[in-house]
Amino acid sequence: MDTLHLAPELAAQIEQHGIADYPHECCGALLGLDGAGGREVRRLFPLINRRDDSPRNRFAVTAGDVLAAERAARGAGLDILGWYHSHPDHPALPSEFDREHAWPWYSYVIVNTGAGYAGPMTSWRLAPDRSSFLPETLHAPHRALATVPPEEIPWP
Amino acid sequence: MAVIIRIPTPLRPLTGGLGEIETQAGSVSEALAALTSRYAEVGNHLFTGEGRLRSFVNVYVNDEDIRYLQSDRTPLRDGDTLSIVPSIAGGVA
Repeated sequence: MDTLHLAPELAAQIEQHGIADYPHECCGALLGLDGAGGREVRRLFPLINRRDDSPRNRFAVTAGDVLAAERAARGAGLDILGWYHSHPDHPALPSEFDREHAWPWYSYVIVNTGAGYAGPMTSWRLAPDRSSFLPETLHAPHRALATVPPEEIPWP
Repeated sequence: MAVIIRIPTPLRPLTGGLGEIETQAGSVSEALAALTSRYAEVGNHLFTGEGRLRSFVNVYVNDEDIRYLQSDRTPLRDGDTLSIVPSIAGGVA
């Protein structure tokens, strides 16, 4: 299984972005390096969710925002490894809509959010035939999940 | 017409790692057809089953979005650069 390494402070930044934007979906780019030992996220590039019409259950990153993220990555000697977004009040599992709109190769990190808390965080890659998302090992040591009591984490 | 096609990072594993491909094409549709005939797997990610460009695939000719030109009928001239630029979308059901 592929692995995405995410330092605790970066995982916390994703959580904080998701909490701040709740009940809307947040989104951003994962910038880092793709190596033999897996992918390592070095920094985030938070973005504005452009889906003004339906921000509670959709997110969009325009081509212009993608190009801005690419410029930021290049300037730091990094690549865009993938993207993160939140699922407010929904599990951190890719939806059919996520799959239909996904690109290959990228890592897709999803975090569950609620009012004032962040729940489970997962990472996925699109299968080569686009038929499904494949789970990716998210190596995020010491991630602070204590912000929410476990019994309140919405999870199937 | 000799044109350059710029390949976005997520598709480069399907083009043997190439970020740019030179081909002969007189229009955007011809260029994309040349690309997908050479790298068939790329077509699965660019086009729907009905053959339309997927909504999250953006194509630029020399920095101009083809939606504001003549879409896939946009003519290409010698030396033009065609860029495939992703947009990203998703969300809960």
